[in-house]
Amino acid sequence: MNVIVEREKGPLQELETRIVTLRERGSGASGDVALLEEKYRELLGDLFGNLTPWERVHMARHPKRPLAGDYIAAFDSFDELHGDRHFRDDHALVGGFAKIRGRRVVVLAQRKGRDTKENIHRNFGMVSPEGYRKAKRLMELASRFRLPIVSFVDTSGADPGIASEEHAQSEAIASCLVALAKATVPVVATIIGEGGSGGALAIALADTVIMAENAVYSVASPEGCAAILWGDSARAPEAAERLRLTSADLLGFGIVDRVIKEPLGGAHRNAAGFVEIVLDTIEDELRALEGKTPAALRDARYAKFRRIGTWEHAVQPHVVTAVP
Amino acid sequence: MPMPDWLRLLREKDVPAEDAALWKKCPSCGEMLYRKDLEANLSVCTKCNYHFRMHAYDRINSLVDADFVEIGNEFLPGDPLEWTDKRPYVQKLEADREKSNLSEAIVTGFATLEGFPVALGVMDFNFRGGTMGTVVGERVTHLLEEARRRKLPCIIFTASGGARMEEGMLALMQMAKTTLAVERFMSDGNPFFTVLTDPTTGGVSASFAFESDIIIAEARASIGFAGRRVIEQTIRQKLPDNFQTAEFLLEKGHVDLVVPRIDLRGTLIRLLDYAVDRKRISPVLKAVPEFALQ
Repeated sequence: MNVIVEREKGPLQELETRIVTLRERGSGASGDVALLEEKYRELLGDLFGNLTPWERVHMARHPKRPLAGDYIAAFDSFDELHGDRHFRDDHALVGGFAKIRGRRVVVLAQRKGRDTKENIHRNFGMVSPEGYRKAKRLMELASRFRLPIVSFVDTSGADPGIASEEHAQSEAIASCLVALAKATVPVVATIIGEGGSGGALAIALADTVIMAENAVYSVASPEGCAAILWGDSARAPEAAERLRLTSADLLGFGIVDRVIKEPLGGAHRNAAGFVEIVLDTIEDELRALEGKTPAALRDARYAKFRRIGTWEHAVQPHVVTAVP
Repeated sequence: MPMPDWLRLLREKDVPAEDAALWKKCPSCGEMLYRKDLEANLSVCTKCNYHFRMHAYDRINSLVDADFVEIGNEFLPGDPLEWTDKRPYVQKLEADREKSNLSEAIVTGFATLEGFPVALGVMDFNFRGGTMGTVVGERVTHLLEEARRRKLPCIIFTASGGARMEEGMLALMQMAKTTLAVERFMSDGNPFFTVLTDPTTGGVSASFAFESDIIIAEARASIGFAGRRVIEQTIRQKLPDNFQTAEFLLEKGHVDLVVPRIDLRGTLIRLLDYAVDRKRISPVLKAVPEFALQ
């Protein structure tokens, strides 16, 4: 059950229906429509103006939320490239050449499905080692062709199945991280929905990390975290508070560079408009990175992550001891 | 050496609580092991070869020629998220410091192995389950940077439950930070070995553990990305016993070698002997601890 979907039912839905009905009646009711719209906006503000972290988790998982497929559909062009060259093509992670606002880029995107059938096809957006190996291949291709890497992050986490372990999920994720560390081209990652731990980071070790306001990015899912810490996944709302997984938190930590504000009530309330804003922002960030030399890009990337969790260095020579 | 009769007799009896300091029960075969024998055997069961988890300093002691110069111990954990679950994070840290006699889940420094100077990092499961928070990330990064500066090979022993939840996303970002340090270190041509010990999972397994030139798994260690319980819950069935073991990984082609603890030092020295030209090691570097102070 999605708490946001539940909240959208009732009075809000009633108002929506009434506004639509009045509009259909034509011009005679325009005064009433304006009044109801005013009321509607107020109600939206009451319901969604001040979301808790747990509510944002549900916003990020909202069934109508724009998915990677919606962003891809808004590109100037997209030519998908398939497969890891070894075993299979993973549909949870798609990639290929794209043009965004006229710019040639390599795109990597974690794709959830819109319905059950598509979700089964896409493994609910949980990427397997084959998907990460495809991503790694395309990251290297991007450097060779001097094309920026643009990634879209939306996964509850890397696939935790038996086959994934047998195919070395750890190594696959690690090899993506290394490929991004090596990349000689700009890397811009956008957290559009769920940023689930290492499986998300695998395509987000980026020069610029953009995050949608109601997206979440977390070291562990709130449910998993609650199960481990309290042995009770029902305490997930509390875990969501503690984990500091919202865009505002992560901007504060310097883990995210830029947050894109969503329409009141969530990105899905104006999905097409929101997608355009995200693409504009990506273009903007690509422009800011353009013209930097490979060495400058790599140095800046190193420094950016190097800073996260740093201590004052001791000036004194290190104490020399035998093993205690 | 054959076990004397008096010792055999002693071991067959139940051990009273006050003798717990002297004896330890093998969780695998149930044998009561005399602690001094166990230590002499590098915490490996003398009967069934079960590998107990090893304290970081015992591990270092079992590997190095003589001295170990610790670095990075000035980086100490804080509480960046002001975290509390059942207990405040700061209390958990305090309890772990007490229990483990360590300041964090990794010890880093310099040593020589059969005369080969190396940078050495050893993780310890006794401290927060070996989880990687900001300090572990910082110490690993610092070790690789200092090793790179001195052109030393680096060996890291991993033992970790993954990223440290109590430090949230700051912990996850250490996967990125350590990866960048590994990449820079290796790009200069410096050898990087990892030894995966029990257990190596999650954020450590999916970053520097699997980014090295040579990946050694300690015999019988449990190694994987997702925890066993998570997988069992996902697939709703029990996993085979050998799943995610070092031996399983060797069969699947994920690691270079599986090595019993007793042979680890020898194996590392042999590998160093291929990776490093002994003639080209500068005499300054051969002299521990002096080279650490450069």
